[in-house]
Amino acid sequence: MSTETENATTDDEIDFREADDHVDHWTDLQFVYLAIGLAIVTAIEVALSYMVDDLGALFLPLLLILMLIKFFSVVFYFMHLKFDNRWFSILFYMGLVLAVGVYIAALLTFQFFSA
Amino acid sequence: MADTAVHTAAGHDDHHDDHHGGHYTSTGLSNNKLAMWLFLGSECLLFGGLISTYMLYRGRHTSNLGPDQVWDIPFTSASSFVLLMSSLTMVLAVTAAKRHDDRTTNVWLSITAILGSLFVAGQVYEFTTFYREGLGFTTSLFSSSFYTLTGFHGVHVTVGVILLLSVVGMIIRNRIPGDKAEVVELVGLYWHFVDIVWILIFTLVYLIPA
Repeated sequence: MSTETENATTDDEIDFREADDHVDHWTDLQFVYLAIGLAIVTAIEVALSYMVDDLGALFLPLLLILMLIKFFSVVFYFMHLKFDNRWFSILFYMGLVLAVGVYIAALLTFQFFSA
Repeated sequence: MADTAVHTAAGHDDHHDDHHGGHYTSTGLSNNKLAMWLFLGSECLLFGGLISTYMLYRGRHTSNLGPDQVWDIPFTSASSFVLLMSSLTMVLAVTAAKRHDDRTTNVWLSITAILGSLFVAGQVYEFTTFYREGLGFTTSLFSSSFYTLTGFHGVHVTVGVILLLSVVGMIIRNRIPGDKAEVVELVGLYWHFVDIVWILIFTLVYLIPA
């Protein structure tokens, strides 16, 4: 009986322990490389903003993709959400999805009334 | 069996005290960290609403005082770079705190606070320049929504700087009860969140032409 209880407790803890082990694998140098990468992406974004006419319809999707790459790189690695317990992800993405929903709803509402 | 249950709970507690500095919780997770993520989720809603409002009103301005006329992209890009690098120094502070290296932690936290202050100073300069050019808070719907959005973000950065300096002071005086690494990590989460909000604002507000 005691073994069962101990096993159950151990199973409950697995996610948490494994999650933190992954974080410890990231070295300071890897974080520096990631920051350099993010700086380069920012430079590309700024360069693209001066080429609006040349890029035409490609401009907006390219800029949004680069923005999302930066956003999720910080969330996944600097905030280590990728390696952390999934409950943290659920709480954060719940707010994020609602926020995007608010934007879409507001945009559609204004579009509806202006029409 | 009762003994075993107590023993197991204590073992669980010990594990968390050793590695995470928290208390035993029914989820097995740090309540502080859960609360911080919940808070950040709710902050997404705040900034989601502000960004939505700005995107809707960005075209409502007088002819000579619109976004394309007043933005100084090179200056704002430099500010963005400063804030991005502050995320790096913050994560280095967190790793140093996990190694229980208080001295290095304080150095990185202080550098993060300096970079954050530099960003806020840049924002104050930007606001002052816009105001002198005639773009007041009530000039147009565009200016109101712009100042509200970026102003709220600036306040968040300022609060972050105050938190960073408070943690530095508390580490020096050894006033942090429990695990220092978790406290530094929580402040770090808030700081990174401020950074990701700026990543969105920089692209959606400054780089996409109105």
